[in-house]
Amino acid sequence: MNGLPGFLRRLEGPQTVGRGPAFWITFAIVFAIACAYPLFSDGYTVGNTVYFFVWVFIALSLCVIWGYGGSLSFGQTAFFGIAGYSYGILTLNFGSAYGFTLAALVLAVVIAALFALLLGYFMFFGRIAGVFLGIVTLAVTLMLERFMAQTAGPEWRIGAARLNGFNGMSAMPPLTIPWSGGDIVLLADIGLYYAVLGLLLLVYLGLRILMNSSFGNVIVAIRENPERAEMLGYDVRKYQLITFVIGAALAGISGVLYTAWGQYITPSSMGMTAAALPLIWVAVGGRSDLTSTVIGTLVVLAAFQALTIYGSQYALVFMGVLLVLTVLIAPNGLVLGAMNLISRLVARRSKGDV
Amino acid sequence: MALLELRGLNKHFGGLHVTNSVDLVLEAGEIHCLIGPNGAGKSTLFRLILGEHHPGSGDILFAGENITALKPFARIHRGLSVKFQVPGVFKGLSVRQNLEIALQRTHRSVELARGIDRLLTFLNLEAEQMQTAGNLSHGQKQWLEIGMAISLKPQLLLLDEPTAGMSPEETHQTGEMVQRLNADGMTVLAIEHDMAFVRQVAQRVTVLHLGQVFAQGSIDEIVADERVAAIYLGQAHA
Ligand SMILES: Nc1ncnc2c1ncn2[C@@H]1O[C@H](COP(=O)(O)OP(=O)(O)OP(=O)(O)O)[C@@H](O)[C@H]1O
Ligand SMILES: [Mg+2]
Repeated sequence: MNGLPGFLRRLEGPQTVGRGPAFWITFAIVFAIACAYPLFSDGYTVGNTVYFFVWVFIALSLCVIWGYGGSLSFGQTAFFGIAGYSYGILTLNFGSAYGFTLAALVLAVVIAALFALLLGYFMFFGRIAGVFLGIVTLAVTLMLERFMAQTAGPEWRIGAARLNGFNGMSAMPPLTIPWSGGDIVLLADIGLYYAVLGLLLLVYLGLRILMNSSFGNVIVAIRENPERAEMLGYDVRKYQLITFVIGAALAGISGVLYTAWGQYITPSSMGMTAAALPLIWVAVGGRSDLTSTVIGTLVVLAAFQALTIYGSQYALVFMGVLLVLTVLIAPNGLVLGAMNLISRLVARRSKGDV
Repeated sequence: MALLELRGLNKHFGGLHVTNSVDLVLEAGEIHCLIGPNGAGKSTLFRLILGEHHPGSGDILFAGENITALKPFARIHRGLSVKFQVPGVFKGLSVRQNLEIALQRTHRSVELARGIDRLLTFLNLEAEQMQTAGNLSHGQKQWLEIGMAISLKPQLLLLDEPTAGMSPEETHQTGEMVQRLNADGMTVLAIEHDMAFVRQVAQRVTVLHLGQVFAQGSIDEIVADERVAAIYLGQAHA
């Protein structure tokens, strides 16, 4: 990859598993299959796949903050909820004409990021770290859930948007792309599928570049030894805050896409279960790598849904078993363990060939 | 000219008076050793200089500037660097990446790669560059951390027991390295229990005892001082 401009060379590096032609060819094949897949499927199934993709962004947010940065946050669902509600409030007030839903997407993500900036500032500069970071973020999440749940009365409205308490908000417009021949409405099937797939590709590749850059180096250095990082001249708390805000924005993308996908959002999307599930996907996949996080999240979500058909209690038990297995067999993640095994086998074979 | 000046530094941990009105002047260009029995407050003094602890009272002047209120990373930018008592390398990362993180703040692209290679050669860790730093031997970790500390090209290098766990030859090599760095203009303040090392490098020695500056002078003066011998003996009998 030596002929590429500098920043593209960072697509691979010490912080991301997967390098060389073998990886990128596999990657291209998987992406091609993902592109062709809707042509061989029905609208409902495609819409369901979009639903899986939607959650990958919040999983990536945990991967960045927890896996790379070393700070366990339970607050990702709070940012998810803030962005989701913001999208609802904005679009219910201003509609979907002139591409406003896309502006609302960006605005909602920015609002979530600003909230994280405020919360993160008080946490990191107030020297809240480790377990306490988890406790504070969880408390904020549950507080938001409680707050939204009691907004049933008609006095809880922002412009035309009623917050509706526990029942949540609904009927906000889906994402809409302005087009000369008439607006393209991205309903939860093929249209939204390609939009989300494209966004996922951009975010995934962008994060690969970021994590292999000097910024990513500092982030993992802080995870490994914050004191040493500071003693090399890095403003540790500033880096932690930036990482936290990036993570909040990623979780916010999930929140907006989820709201636009189903055209509803409820306080329970910020509840205890909602906060715990992404942790399980990321832990099972392998939190310290982007690729294993994406694969792990999609696989666990699909398995979870398949099992739910036989009863949601089985699915939850399955999640628990999966988590215990991960901790016992591959503490760094089942998918990541498998990926490392494969790359070692490939390396050995190619050595044998020479 | 004084590079570092400590004025009346006091630090309490609860009821424990860990540094008691410490005054210390470090001349630019000297190698200064800080010795004293276990628990004398030597490492705490380093953390005060670096801004990891804040003194209850007193001032820290570096190159004429009062840095008492500066954040630790900002003091590093001013020209301080440290190797701590307990090796603090990035255990989960490769040796090469450890050095990259140390150098990337001041070096870019080709220059960065060249700088890392030069350091690897200097530290004799070329063969280990792709190894995880956590798998290095204790001595190698020590070297790696010293390498990261000096890669910042500090004006003042703080070394907290740099030769702990090293063989006599390795200790001697470390001493030679410190002298080479000093010859290039680096001022060094080293905490050390190994008297052979102190004798090899120290131009001046300060003895810290119960948080106070107990004695100061050349190594010969310190060794000849019966009161100094007494505090070490007292500790041996305790
Ligand atoms: N963070 C802390 N909180 C409370 N007490 C501390 C703290 N750090 C050090 N101490 C105490 O302060 C005293 C001085 O410790 P310090 O580490 O500075 O000694 P030292 O001279 O470096 O000793 P050694 O030669 O054993 O490394 C000791 O009694 C120690 O227990
Ligand atoms: Mg000490």
